Amino acid sequence: MSTASVQFREDARRVTADLRHREIINTALNKYAVKRDEKKSLFQDYEGARQLAAETKWEAINHLDRYLDQFVRGLEARGTKVHWATTGQQARDIIVGIAKEKGVRSIVKSKAMTAEEIHLNGALEKAGFEVVESDLGEFIVQLRNEAPYHIVFPAMHLTRGEIRDTFQKKLGDAPSDNPEELTLVARRVLRQKYLQADVGITGANFAVAETGMISVTENEGNARLTAALPKTMITLLGIEKVVPRLEDLALFLPMLATVGAGQLISGYNTMYSGPRQPGEADGPEEFHVVLLDNNRTALLADAEQRDSLHCIRCGSCLNVCPIYRNVGGHTYGTTYPGPIGGVITPHLRGLQDWKHLSYASSLCGACSEACPVKIDLHHHLLQNRRNASVRKPSAWQKIAFKLFAPIANGRILWSLLTKGGRIGQVFHWLVKGTRLDPAYCWTRTRDLPPIARQSFKEWWRKRQ
Amino acid sequence: MPNEIRMPKPEPAWIRVLFAIRIADFLRNPDFGLRISNQCMTERHSIFARIREALTVPAPVPGHHAGAARRSVTLPTPADHRRVLPAVGSSDGERVALFARNAAELRADFRLLEAPSELAVELQKLAAAEDWIRVASHRGALTDVACRALGLPVLLTDAPFDKVELEQCPVGISECDALIAQTGSVLVTSRSAGGRALSVLPPHHVVLARRDQLLADLPEAFALLKTRYGTDPPSMISFITGPSRTGDIERILVLGAHGPKKLTILCA
Repeated sequence: MSTASVQFREDARRVTADLRHREIINTALNKYAVKRDEKKSLFQDYEGARQLAAETKWEAINHLDRYLDQFVRGLEARGTKVHWATTGQQARDIIVGIAKEKGVRSIVKSKAMTAEEIHLNGALEKAGFEVVESDLGEFIVQLRNEAPYHIVFPAMHLTRGEIRDTFQKKLGDAPSDNPEELTLVARRVLRQKYLQADVGITGANFAVAETGMISVTENEGNARLTAALPKTMITLLGIEKVVPRLEDLALFLPMLATVGAGQLISGYNTMYSGPRQPGEADGPEEFHVVLLDNNRTALLADAEQRDSLHCIRCGSCLNVCPIYRNVGGHTYGTTYPGPIGGVITPHLRGLQDWKHLSYASSLCGACSEACPVKIDLHHHLLQNRRNASVRKPSAWQKIAFKLFAPIANGRILWSLLTKGGRIGQVFHWLVKGTRLDPAYCWTRTRDLPPIARQSFKEWWRKRQ
Repeated sequence: MPNEIRMPKPEPAWIRVLFAIRIADFLRNPDFGLRISNQCMTERHSIFARIREALTVPAPVPGHHAGAARRSVTLPTPADHRRVLPAVGSSDGERVALFARNAAELRADFRLLEAPSELAVELQKLAAAEDWIRVASHRGALTDVACRALGLPVLLTDAPFDKVELEQCPVGISECDALIAQTGSVLVTSRSAGGRALSVLPPHHVVLARRDQLLADLPEAFALLKTRYGTDPPSMISFITGPSRTGDIERILVLGAHGPKKLTILCA
């Protein structure tokens, strides 16, 4: 078993039993679900919108070479410097290199999952730069030295009391646990950082091929400030972010906000096509765009699962996933948790080490139904299981099926075992949930329903 | 203390070896410091090569588990988008009502005025209510008139300005490109609304708009951007929807996270 899978099991066991955690997550996500459904119902044809979004992303991903080239040419024509990185290491080197060349000290960053993916903050801090996360949720988890809990709501697992304690300890300033006052504290601290910062780093939600623009979605205005005040702006994005045309955003911006946060459209949706242009009085003098592959092309090569590159990182598959809601975001140990993380992480970081994520699913299909771009998530989880066991068959699995097959196929053996089991169940309460229980690994955390008095076969025979 | 004369140590052998390797390397492949850009070009090529290689195998159609593979789909038109997106009434009155409803839900202050001359009057009321001692704005048909009527010192963001000074202004007054009824959004650009910082740095953002700038929906807004700016768009285009907000603490809505706590839209 890989260390990642051992860690997953241990954390899952701990977090699942944590009822307080479950309550926090359920409260937050139930609030979200009400808002999401309210906004979905405003669409004249929400299912139709999903299909259009899926087809648009399909077109972009299946002609990625053409659209990516168009996107980059558009950017370069207006004075943007475009960099290419095959690996996370290369992307880190490029960004650290730009910061060093500018001779800067302080960097302000708005939320970017790609930056989490390549562990950018660690690299910048190691090189001697001060990096401040400006998104409130990211700022809170950064103060606590934690990874984001969720790709859209990074601090969803924390209560206001915990956040107050963190501010008290790290900033020495927390008047109360009132969310409004806590937000104000963060605003005051971060305003100073903004005015001092020489470099701003952002991510991007979409890359518009037709016009050579990046599009950034946010609610707080922190990305707007990151792109307005520092002299140098750097945007890090994956090569799969492309949409063909500007007008495609008319569909994607409301879709992203609806399923991502239960809003009809997010507070700020901003398109940047270059550094400060002639005649403009503010904005960065230099604009760098770093395009990251980091095994996305390997995922692209898998035609069966290519649609997982349609992902717009809305987080809606996490929100509806019964496993995510119980084991929590940190248990996955990945940048992208939940169903989408279970599908893409094995491609990005190695199938055998991360195949356990495809078993962290009940295959209920809620994720596939929630996905605004119709990624076939639960089937991809099954395909990952298949691919993992074809490439590296498990001896235990083979033995188990060898034993199971004759029992399931032999009528007499099967009825003997089920009838015997029913008799056994009468005495089950004596050992239930203890180590003596033969079904211990199941009953430790669950109930074992009684075996039916009559099998389907028997019932059918009587009916005839 | 003995007074020694320090001789410079000869460099260690390994440094000489490194030099030799570097010189040999240079003779073989003279790069004149262009190594990084070369590497960048090769990364670009190798990424494109991998993409083209990957795409030789077609993928199943979207939304169908294990469906048939296809080579292309037709991209949706704005009319397709309109068919699925939230409905907007066809009359001008319905649009105004929808914008007002959206603004109220977003906690933006939307005031519909009778005539353009009232913009200045309304602004003076705001100035008195909030005790503005100075304002930040930019040159424009609506802002010029309004700022003159206010009679307060004005920080203009059309030419380079001090960002600390802007940060201390109690209000940023800007024009816009359009208002969008469907979402309650204000469309601004770095060209139409005084640059990038004016609409987001001061704690209160006041938008001055003409009644004919109210558009029905998002497809119309993107069409407007294309016809108005063509191949030379402003470096920043932003759809502002309500005041700055966050729900990062227990999913409780708080206004004024980083950007303006208040958004006032005066439309005449």
